[in-house]
Amino acid sequence: MAVLSFLSRDHTVAAAGYSRWLIPPAALCVHLCIGQAYAFSVFNLPMTKLIGITQSAPNDWKLTELGWIFSLAIFFLGASAAVLGHWVEEGGPRRAMFTAGLCWSGGFFLSAIGVYLHQLWIVYLGYGVLGGIGLGIGYISPVSTLIRWFPDRPGMATGMAIMGFGGGAFIASPFSVWLMSRFSTPTHVGVAETFIALGMIYVCFMMVGAAIVRVPPPGWAPAGYVAPVQPKRLITTENVFVYDALKTPQFWLIWWILCLNVTAGIGVLGQASAMSQEMFRGQITAVAASGLVGLFSLFNMAGRFIWSSTSDYIGRKNTYFVFFALGTALYALVPYAGAIGSVALFVLCYAVIFSMYGGGFATVPAYLRDMFGTRYVGAIHGLLLTAWSMAGIFGPVLVNYIREYNVTHGVAPAQAYNVTMYVMAALLVVGFICNLLVKPVHERFHMRAVAAEDEVAAAPVFGSK
Amino acid sequence: MQTARQTGSTGNGIKLALAWGFVGIPLVWGVVQTLLNTLKAFH
Repeated sequence: MAVLSFLSRDHTVAAAGYSRWLIPPAALCVHLCIGQAYAFSVFNLPMTKLIGITQSAPNDWKLTELGWIFSLAIFFLGASAAVLGHWVEEGGPRRAMFTAGLCWSGGFFLSAIGVYLHQLWIVYLGYGVLGGIGLGIGYISPVSTLIRWFPDRPGMATGMAIMGFGGGAFIASPFSVWLMSRFSTPTHVGVAETFIALGMIYVCFMMVGAAIVRVPPPGWAPAGYVAPVQPKRLITTENVFVYDALKTPQFWLIWWILCLNVTAGIGVLGQASAMSQEMFRGQITAVAASGLVGLFSLFNMAGRFIWSSTSDYIGRKNTYFVFFALGTALYALVPYAGAIGSVALFVLCYAVIFSMYGGGFATVPAYLRDMFGTRYVGAIHGLLLTAWSMAGIFGPVLVNYIREYNVTHGVAPAQAYNVTMYVMAALLVVGFICNLLVKPVHERFHMRAVAAEDEVAAAPVFGSK
Repeated sequence: MQTARQTGSTGNGIKLALAWGFVGIPLVWGVVQTLLNTLKAFH
């Protein structure tokens, strides 16, 4: 019972003197761990050789079967964030981070059993379902807390956490390869032991985040911060209840904004290596292409922090205007870079495109806060993540099918991606129009009673930097 | 009523250094590893 009360929101209220700059590392403790999902592919090849060891045996798992593990995890990320968002918001960040840690590490432990017994359905259930739920809860757990602690810089605050999700793969990828090399023997691949080690490390790391995190006391405001008396046109001081947000056109416009931005980015992210080699045959080798993918991932991570921080100054709507206008121009420029054989132009276009792909993820929580207020922003963000799940299907399917169609109709591989780039540019034009249509939420959706309470809470009583 | 100056800044400084080091060191290590792999690929 003591543990349960330790997790409650009441026991998470910050004491006087608590620094709000402890919240970003608490959030990073969770996001750096769940960001491992982007590095899951390092296990794919070893898991096809669990029986054959040096090469795949007839009874070994196929790559196509293993691909479902990541897809299931991303599906359950979106589903759990949508379904459990309200529960996360009501219970506070510590309970959510604690639960996410148990689910995420539990997913690894269950998967280790699946690998040990060579039962793929257990791995699906472990990493895919249980781990996916941990991903969803963990992803949204610090969002509203960060926004409450940083009312002056919400974009920067959430950008730091979501940057961690991008950065988690940078740690997990080389670390997992190193662990597998330590646990492997001539007769054993070492995947199960690596899963156990990762599960143990991640649960400890995430519990540290849960222990550090605090919610601001009622009436808290940063030192020197004065809440705007007159609300800015596109930044509300009111709150919208989580399920009422679904009834607003603004929610669905932002849903499409995220979906289209992610569709365009995720579609070419998975194909960046093959695309660069086919467009620049003889100039970019397979090894150099893998290096390029690493470089693009760094821009994806950096973009999460840089763009979301920029949005605090230029506004969320303007930031997305930049993503869509600049993105359209850059996607349309990629075929030209291929035609003139300019690797430098190609790399520059893609670097900026991937920075904006990451920036789109990181800026959206602050955009939701501007539209729907702080009270249920975490839960509303959870509902919005279904756009990510949809984009995860749309993007790769679009790119793969358009390329396949072109190649089977006699288009040279070097030009096979041109149509794809123009389709992506067109998607961003649609995104631009959706962003243009975003207007303030109608006052009939505002929570009157809660808004009044928050007004009292928003009055600056004491502060800290 | 409290202000930022009244908030035990020394204790917070140690906590902040520990917390940021806890997440920052692995993150920097991961970024450096990725950069090294990228450079290796171009060579």
